[in-house]
Amino acid sequence: MQKLVEIVAAVSSGSKTAIAVVEEHLARINERESEIHAFNLVTSDQARKDAAKIDEDVKSGKAVGALAGVPIALKDNMCTRGVETTCSSKILQGWKPPYDATVVTKLRNAGAVIVGKTNLDEFAMGSSTENSAFGPTKNPLDVSRVPGGSSGGSAAAVSAGFAAASLGSDTGGSIRQPAALCGVVGVKPTYGAVSRYGLVAFASSLDQIGPFTSDVRDAATLLEVISGHDPMDSTSIPQPATSLVSVLDHGVKGMRIGRVTDLPEGCEPDVLARLEAAFDALRVAGATVVDVKLPSLQYCLTAYYLIAPAEASSNLARYDGVRYGNRVDAADLNAMYAATRESGFGEEVKRRIMLGTYALSAGYFDAYYGKALKVRRLISDDFARAYKDVDAILTPTSPSTAFKFGSKTDNPLAMYLCDVFTIPTNLAGHPAMSVPFGVGSDSMPVGIQVLATTMGEQAMFKVAAELERAS
Amino acid sequence: MSDNAALPNGWQLVVGLEVHVELATKTKMFSASANRFGDEPNTNIDPVTLGLPGALPVLNKHAIELAMRIGLALNCKVQPCTFHRKNYFYPDLPKAYQITQYDHPLNVDGFLMLPGDVRIGVERAHLEEDTGKSTHFGGSSGRIHGSDYSLLDYNRAGVPLVEIVSRPDIRTSEQARQYVAELRSILLAVEASDAKMEEGSMRCDVNVSVHKPGTEFGTRCEIKNVNSIRAVGRAIDYEARRQVDLIESGGTVRQETRHWDDASGRTETLRTKEDADDYRYFLEPDLVPLVPEQSWVDRVRDALPVLPAARRKALAELCGVDKDGESAFVVVERGQDDYVREVVGCGGDPRRSVIYVQQAFAEQGSTPKVPARDLAMLTLLERDAKVTSTQAKTLLTDLIDAGGGDVVAMAAKRGFETLDTGALESMVDAAIAAEPGAWQKYCAGEEKALGALVGAIMKSSKGKADGKAVTAILQSKRAK
Repeated sequence: MQKLVEIVAAVSSGSKTAIAVVEEHLARINERESEIHAFNLVTSDQARKDAAKIDEDVKSGKAVGALAGVPIALKDNMCTRGVETTCSSKILQGWKPPYDATVVTKLRNAGAVIVGKTNLDEFAMGSSTENSAFGPTKNPLDVSRVPGGSSGGSAAAVSAGFAAASLGSDTGGSIRQPAALCGVVGVKPTYGAVSRYGLVAFASSLDQIGPFTSDVRDAATLLEVISGHDPMDSTSIPQPATSLVSVLDHGVKGMRIGRVTDLPEGCEPDVLARLEAAFDALRVAGATVVDVKLPSLQYCLTAYYLIAPAEASSNLARYDGVRYGNRVDAADLNAMYAATRESGFGEEVKRRIMLGTYALSAGYFDAYYGKALKVRRLISDDFARAYKDVDAILTPTSPSTAFKFGSKTDNPLAMYLCDVFTIPTNLAGHPAMSVPFGVGSDSMPVGIQVLATTMGEQAMFKVAAELERAS
Repeated sequence: MSDNAALPNGWQLVVGLEVHVELATKTKMFSASANRFGDEPNTNIDPVTLGLPGALPVLNKHAIELAMRIGLALNCKVQPCTFHRKNYFYPDLPKAYQITQYDHPLNVDGFLMLPGDVRIGVERAHLEEDTGKSTHFGGSSGRIHGSDYSLLDYNRAGVPLVEIVSRPDIRTSEQARQYVAELRSILLAVEASDAKMEEGSMRCDVNVSVHKPGTEFGTRCEIKNVNSIRAVGRAIDYEARRQVDLIESGGTVRQETRHWDDASGRTETLRTKEDADDYRYFLEPDLVPLVPEQSWVDRVRDALPVLPAARRKALAELCGVDKDGESAFVVVERGQDDYVREVVGCGGDPRRSVIYVQQAFAEQGSTPKVPARDLAMLTLLERDAKVTSTQAKTLLTDLIDAGGGDVVAMAAKRGFETLDTGALESMVDAAIAAEPGAWQKYCAGEEKALGALVGAIMKSSKGKADGKAVTAILQSKRAK
């Protein structure tokens, strides 16, 4: 893995060309992509052209951006003008957006070189990429294991050295969990910190774009570029991007770190052992560990699996075969809708559309969706109380290390439990990130999740940087 | 049948109206595409309008401001509000949900006054987006089922709408027509919409029920496709009679949506309550709550023009006409009341000024070309009997054709000699002498005999005498 900040330094100083950097990454893709399947599409030709343009700019002495020459992969649910964007769904296969997502524009303006669109669980619904209509992505560290999901392709691309960094989206853990399983850094920023314009919606009130990188400094650098207010997204926070790189060397002396005493059960002992080691490392670095209670944590998974499908049932209703995407012709309008959606969507997507439609239906709304919204307020209140006493909270990112293909596909509930530690921050809109911190009994990486309050990214990155130094 | 006086056996009509108006913004409610009627299909579109994956709505501030104008003009409270998604599948609804306001609309609890000081409550006036337009080809119904194919135009999709929901306070079809007409005047006055029913920028859904006074309201039917003020009245009258006939013949009214067919003059079932969609409303997560600052609301309120009802009242008081009458309504609707005020300010006869403008200025717009002082002079010539009312009408046409001018010279050119009182008196005396029988009868109190005398004078003056002046002279002679 090549570090993003090193590439930027080399390319902008002219000591290495962007084209050379891109060729190195394309070579690794050629070597292993057929085995890993991180990408739905590799955009080699355009990447070479973009890299050549950066090199020209460097040569002619023009100012280059903060990501000059950095090969970056995009989860295939972010719109790229004229480049197929599928969400790993048959229903969008072949669809080429007429516009770029705001993050894509920001990356291009910063001189990043986009190398391709990565695989995901269809419409970002899943925790293993096994729900992709185009086949699963393999974990580069052990190809018999899943890379996690839904942003499995983006995590694998960084882990395998196909790209120096990538972007994913996180609705209930879809950046942090695959980051943990693939041994890379993954960040879900505060809701509204990064524009969602051009991110194909799964659950709009939870979705957030964030970076995958090989270390914490790269993540801070990339996040600074993609954050900041966007007038095209009404939920975007009207503030400039938070400065993150500047705090990485501050250490954690005097910081108070929360240890959740009522963590849901079901976590593997070797993962819990790494969590304790993380607390020890922070104590050694001068932090205080404080017990906190989050009593509503136990209800979050249930609440999430009502709220996210409810929003999804509405967000995915537009895939009706009328205007774009695939259409299956039938005798009349309703038959065309049914045939199109029957053949276009996979099992998990259909399951969630059914769940969400039910939760919003007249007569059931209050009992399901309404109650889930109450839990959402309760967990926010819990966090608010906790953050009076602590600056950040540590939990495992995932209850286990990367699991074997097929081990959870027959049991949706077992798969949903992968998100038990990641979901609460999405419900609260808070930032959280996963940092690799040693390995489990199977020698696969363990991720530690650092949580902070709204716009608490600086505290979160200080702790993450310390954990990285200690690992 | 013009009102419910025609409903038999003591049945009382109850009507509530839902009026949708397209706002006169430059761009759409949530995107920068043009809001313009009549363009080539699918030219005013963009990722947001088409509901493309990843596109997000951003509220148009001007739409909010126009919606507030409507609310404030209808005496509503403007309040913090939220947006919901109304979910249903239809090809002209690009996202498969409409962004609308649900339990917290922008404007609530207003009212609108009708002639005779009838107060109609306005429950709410909320913001929402319009759908695209479908046109179905083949088949007989003009609807999608049974058609060969359909064409979709998304130019209208995302155009900002305000839906104005009245309370069920309307009791006659005449009131319903007045309500729509008054609402339209207000919308035009505050420049929130061009409110053209024929182009669909103002559309009415009518809720009709019947009951016996003192009992609960009956089951209501919602009538759609009512596209003119005249159709509002006709549809209500038809539907009220249908419901009464149904109940009196032992049936019951089903809650349903009905379609008004203007050609046949009938309503027919569109869908029943049982097969109504479950819209699965929930808070739109792509938008944040809209909390209009009080200072903004105050600025919009302060900038509101004087509303039509107040202008009609002022005009009526100035000119001595009925504030609920035709001339006040027409002149204010055309925006010519300021002009009439100017004419009166130049010394014009107030009553004649407003009536001249009402009758002859339909094509003149709010700033007629005829200088106010010229029109004022004409009203004075007629008032002072320098010309007859017939001659005045001719001169009015001359004045409009010439875009103004010296009315006295125009009268002279037309050969309208001004008859002074002395000349008239001698003509009256001549007529009395010529028609002694008629004069005797008139003096005996037979008013009909007046006609023969006046007729004789008109004949001898070749129509130049003023009938009113002649009558006045005859009356004063009889009184002596």
